[in-house]
Amino acid sequence: MKNVITLFKRELKGYFATPVAYVFIVVFLVLVGGLTFKVGKWFDARQANLQGFFTWHPWLYLFLIPAISMRLWAEERRQGTIELLFTLPVTMGQAVIAKFFAAWCFTGIALALTFPMWVSVNYLGDPDNGVILASYVGSLLMAGAYLAIGSFVSAWTKNQVIAFVISVSGCFLFILMGTDTVLDFFAGWMPRAVLEAVASFSFLTHFQSITKGVIDFRDLVFFGSLIACFLFMNAIAIELKKAD
Amino acid sequence: MAPMIEIQNLTKRFGSFTAVDDVTFHVERGEVLGFLGPNGAGKSTTMKMLTGFLHPSSGTATVCGHDILADPIAVKKVIGYLPEGAPLYPDMTPRAFLEFIAEVRGFTGGEGARRVDEVIAKVNIASVAHQRIDTLSKGYKRRVGLAQAILHDPQVLVLDEPTDGLDPNQKHEVRNLIRAMAKEKVIVLSTHILEEVEAVCSRTIIIARGKVVIDCTPTELAARSRYHNAVTVSVAADKLTAVRHGLSLLDGVQTIEDLPSHDGAARFVLIPKAKRSIAVEVGQKVRDARWEVDELRVERGHLDEVFRELTQPTARN
Repeated sequence: MKNVITLFKRELKGYFATPVAYVFIVVFLVLVGGLTFKVGKWFDARQANLQGFFTWHPWLYLFLIPAISMRLWAEERRQGTIELLFTLPVTMGQAVIAKFFAAWCFTGIALALTFPMWVSVNYLGDPDNGVILASYVGSLLMAGAYLAIGSFVSAWTKNQVIAFVISVSGCFLFILMGTDTVLDFFAGWMPRAVLEAVASFSFLTHFQSITKGVIDFRDLVFFGSLIACFLFMNAIAIELKKAD
Repeated sequence: MAPMIEIQNLTKRFGSFTAVDDVTFHVERGEVLGFLGPNGAGKSTTMKMLTGFLHPSSGTATVCGHDILADPIAVKKVIGYLPEGAPLYPDMTPRAFLEFIAEVRGFTGGEGARRVDEVIAKVNIASVAHQRIDTLSKGYKRRVGLAQAILHDPQVLVLDEPTDGLDPNQKHEVRNLIRAMAKEKVIVLSTHILEEVEAVCSRTIIIARGKVVIDCTPTELAARSRYHNAVTVSVAADKLTAVRHGLSLLDGVQTIEDLPSHDGAARFVLIPKAKRSIAVEVGQKVRDARWEVDELRVERGHLDEVFRELTQPTARN
């Protein structure tokens, strides 16, 4: 545990040691604001909720989260520091968890900086803050799932661009599974059970159910187990690939 | 007492390629082992297994009694390791980096700060301690890497090409540092600079194509050279023929090899029969004949020649 905290601190400080963190945060805030106000016409909707804000999160994360996760292990391997890291008295699990949580915490910071949205909606109207809080939790969980996938992909390559492209594609698959396009495609000829199974793997389905204001145990289990599963595979990937 | 490092039948295969092939040796406290071999011979791979970074395909090793397979964390605690190329986190400063290492090594608070200050002074990087690592010169980066390896005062120090890419002054400094630590530690270092072996190592192992080809002291290694006990003679060019002929008649001289001349002096090497010592014989002859000889030097042996002979498959047999 002590090692995890030490590694976590180094990682998190690492984000702020370069302009990457600030660029990411600014881009995230500008995009999320632009999409909510300009494209989503949040003011015109005249609704005291943040539905029009959270709708964009899965799509924004699709491109922004892989931009964070791509360097997690790819950079470590390219710099050769992976050899340094794993000859220190730390275990694979500690390193994987510390890196993941640092990245997650960083996204959490970016997400928390959208608080003016929450302030505005409370100033303008009388929203259900429980729903908003649930949505934030859901958004953070979904970000964690994207990160776990991205971290896993990053372990396979030394090339950040490759890590980025593959992560975006992988995450896109997890979004797509819940869209009508995909579900309609299966609807005609697949049994209903398969349809539901496919849909149940979608980030959209679970995220949307949380943004309705109910944090269902099943949604928590979904994101939690997905993160755990990808981090486990992440550790295996590093073990397999660290020699080259 | 058991040896500090005990490597037993260590083997590493990458697909069909065997990088390290059944390597066995031990190293005792106080020894500085020079690990030699051509590029790709398996030096780094052996070190990576010893330090717990790679899993051996078969065989194992123990470091201070801890098995690298059964208890890798204990092994990592007693080893200080400088990986090849001294990888470091480029966006940190040396101080922040060393503080991180101290914390991972379990030194917190005052003890951690004290150790960081100590190694910064030891490897002489105080002037750049607050500069980002990616702005540092190669020499400084190497020293930060070394600082990281010795911060916890490890019993076993594994250094993969510690002086690679350093200028002669920096090499000298690093070697002094290694020599200073040699007494109470076990040091394994890889290099392909042969002079380094003579300068710091008490023992050499040459590895080629994954196998240990020789394990001896640097002196013994030099003695394997055909130039061992050879005598280099340098005379004025106009006297060359007489001196050369006179010395070639000596009993102990097998052959003569001419060297390129410079500054008007001709030079040649007398190769002795069966590597025996011919210095006295040659000196006697020179005095008796009253030749004016500019230089008479006994060769200890050429390490690079021995190295080539041992590591090139064609040179043997």
